[in-house]
Amino acid sequence: MSATSGATSDLRGVLVPRAGILGRLTDRRARTLAQIGLGVVALAVVVVAATLVAPSADATNLLARRQPPSLAHPFGTDWLGRDVLARTLVGLRLSLGIATLAASISAVVALALGAAAGALGRRVDAAVSWLIDLNLSLPHLVLMILIAFAAGRGARGLIIAVALTHWPTLTRVLRGEARRVSASDYVAVSERLGKSGWWVARRHLVRHLVPQFSVGLVLLFPHAILHEAGLSFLGFGLSPDAPAIGNILSEAMRYLPAGDWWLALLPGVALLSVVLAVDMVGGNLRALLDPRSVHE
Amino acid sequence: MNLLEVEGFSLSFLQYEAGLRRRRLDVITDLDLDVEAGELVAVVGSSGSGKSLLAHALLGVLPSNAIEGGRITYDGQPLDLARREALRGREIALVPQSVAFLDPVTRVGPQAERAAVLAGVGEPPAAVKAAFRRLDLPEETVRRYPHELSGGMARRVLTATATIGAPRLVVADEPTPGLHPEVVTETLQGLRRTADQGAGVVLITHDLLRALEVADRIAVFYAGTTVEVAPVEVFTGDGTELRHPYTRALWGALPEHGFVPLAGAQPPPTDLPPGCLFAPRCPIAVDDCRAARPALRRVDRWKVRCIRA
Amino acid sequence: MDLLARRAARLVLLLAGVAVLAFALVEVSPVDPVNAYVGAEVARIGPEQRELIAERFGLNDPPLVRFGLWAGRIVRGDLGTSMIYNAPVADVIAARFRASLLLLGTAWVLSGVLGFTLGLLAAVTRGSLVDRSIRWFAFTLTAAPTFWIGLLLLTTFSVLLGWTPVCCATPIGIDPADATLWQRLHHLLLPAAMLSVVGVAPIVLHTREQAVGILRSDFVTFARAQGERGGGLVRYRLLRNAVVPALLLQFASLSELFGGSILAEQVFSYPGLGQATAAAGLRGDVPLLLGIVLFSAIFVFAGNTLGDVVHGLVDPRVGPLRARRAT
Repeated sequence: MSATSGATSDLRGVLVPRAGILGRLTDRRARTLAQIGLGVVALAVVVVAATLVAPSADATNLLARRQPPSLAHPFGTDWLGRDVLARTLVGLRLSLGIATLAASISAVVALALGAAAGALGRRVDAAVSWLIDLNLSLPHLVLMILIAFAAGRGARGLIIAVALTHWPTLTRVLRGEARRVSASDYVAVSERLGKSGWWVARRHLVRHLVPQFSVGLVLLFPHAILHEAGLSFLGFGLSPDAPAIGNILSEAMRYLPAGDWWLALLPGVALLSVVLAVDMVGGNLRALLDPRSVHE
Repeated sequence: MNLLEVEGFSLSFLQYEAGLRRRRLDVITDLDLDVEAGELVAVVGSSGSGKSLLAHALLGVLPSNAIEGGRITYDGQPLDLARREALRGREIALVPQSVAFLDPVTRVGPQAERAAVLAGVGEPPAAVKAAFRRLDLPEETVRRYPHELSGGMARRVLTATATIGAPRLVVADEPTPGLHPEVVTETLQGLRRTADQGAGVVLITHDLLRALEVADRIAVFYAGTTVEVAPVEVFTGDGTELRHPYTRALWGALPEHGFVPLAGAQPPPTDLPPGCLFAPRCPIAVDDCRAARPALRRVDRWKVRCIRA
Repeated sequence: MDLLARRAARLVLLLAGVAVLAFALVEVSPVDPVNAYVGAEVARIGPEQRELIAERFGLNDPPLVRFGLWAGRIVRGDLGTSMIYNAPVADVIAARFRASLLLLGTAWVLSGVLGFTLGLLAAVTRGSLVDRSIRWFAFTLTAAPTFWIGLLLLTTFSVLLGWTPVCCATPIGIDPADATLWQRLHHLLLPAAMLSVVGVAPIVLHTREQAVGILRSDFVTFARAQGERGGGLVRYRLLRNAVVPALLLQFASLSELFGGSILAEQVFSYPGLGQATAAAGLRGDVPLLLGIVLFSAIFVFAGNTLGDVVHGLVDPRVGPLRARRAT
């Protein structure tokens, strides 16, 4: 402000600050990075813990059946005396693994289709649009059941079903980016200079699509985990011996009327926490990339 | 006595850019303005120099991440946020830029009626009918939606809605871009009439030439600062009576005066020079100019911010 | 009317695409349809029996022929026979959809009204504790497995408190046709609650985002400059503008609702179309599965079309006839 204006800032502070302004006094950037780190660490802890308790997850103990949560068994035991916490951790690791694969495949499909639609001309664009419409014409779960039926049971079916359902939104985003890039000046210049389409793609397109792709991939995760759980719950997933969370909860349903509430509540809370951790990472990554989403 | 007095007004925003780094934009650094009742003062500056924000500030509708400085006085009393909220729509009115400022899903008649109610006008429907008629709008206009109005009609509806409460201070924010020249004339004449009827009018515009048709004084605005406030009579001939180099350059750049362009561009709010904001482009700048920001010198109601004037 | 014709053409094209896709997927499936039909007794069926079953369902013809025959039958309205329910697929779908309709309808209305109200409340009190609580609540809900919410409701209200039944659409032990309206509603309570709760979250977040955008818009700025504030602002500027995107979202949410009903009916053993979908997929009832897939596509399409019509009705900028500009 002008040092010679001579006026005091009587008006500053009269503009009543909303709650947000006080919060902005702490460094936003630092907090965002911290949250991302926290989320990643939390997920890593789950995976490591699952690996450590894996052997004991299947250990049946018919003397300690259907016990509510205690110090020895923080999540209680099920009808075969198995420790529910151990089973949950193993189930979470399984779900995370499947979701990672499914989300990655989905993201790659979105990248390929989006880039193609944005950069390869009107007809490819129309074809991709039609594919998107087809995908969106059915409710998610119906399409997934159909694909799961087609792909067979087990992990493979789950992964394919989840992977082939969630690419449309990210495809549209990447298509937009690809169109912007392919219509831009420096691409035209590169083409004029005789560079091949492949070179252009690698240099310009990929560089611009990577940020959106990464954020999109992370944001696909929660959907992947939850839908995999849903499919497992319905019975399309893995065999009862290799329990994803959905299976655990589906089995729990049989014993709920008898009052074994911990069989349903606690594994669900665990899954919810994992999804929240992924959401935290994804949301903060997007804030870093596009600060306009931050102006609340 | 001045109806409105703005002294050393400043406006800054805190923004987040990519990577969530925070930065501060100083959009207005030193704005001085005074308006008497019955007077029309034009604030002239190029587009994007932050002058529209002055209008929003006076009405108390700035976004929450705005930081103000300086002093604003209305009718002899400080115009703080609470007072702005109390007076707006009644004594102080904003005539906005475009039809985007009208509610798209409501007919314009009810919108004007609502404004009348807020202004404390008796019998709003009749008042709206009268106001529309005064501006030569056909009667059935009250039933139209904003997107159904032509540019000229929208301009008249905005004016009618804003001034329905007979305000004492009218702030017209860039009312003329994109309009047919006849509509521009009509709009400006309307503002002149409003001033003649006793209100104080602040006309914010980038069009110096047309502002001269109706203004009493011109406040020249550059890079967030008032550089000169001069009576309209001195804007004549080859501009030798103008004091500030920028004002002279502005005058000289008009097509009628030889279209002499000025090299360079206005500094952005994130990158203001340390001394006089115009020094980098000024033909008569000296070292003292670049050292510190000049103070505003006043002779009667004529103000200049230049040590060489 | 030309608009209607174009819409109908789009639907036909879409259904054709869905039909081809669904049939192709079913072809790829490793599930042996004969085994799927026979079920547990598969060990006791001899080769001649298998042949008979295969012949009966036309399973021995080449795929293209089967698709052609199936498509031809579909167009004439014959969706085949369900293996599980041993009844025409069309009848099964109709009956089960009727059962699900009340469930879907209640959840749709409840989640819409509740979601819209909470979303507006959050936007108007932006930054406050109320806003943050609502956002936190909605956000957590979107992170929770939907069927798990149902299990929680089941555990709390049916098992621990005993207020609601544990399963089904009508009390066990009596003929479903004899159940009274109150009994039906009693059984509807929890599944509808689950679907509503699950559906509320995205509506709250979307409405809030739209409302915040509206409150930042130029016309709200002008309204405030006229002295409008608080209740007046909400009533005269926010409400009418927020309703438009909210309605669009409501109709678009029908797709998720249908999917949600599959899970809800599984948790509460509610004998509706959702449960039939899961059963058809699990037990390989191809005719029924294909029929439901086509039906759900029509359902979603109808929802979207209705949404567009309603949009044209509430938003004066969008209309079947474009208004002429006055001069």
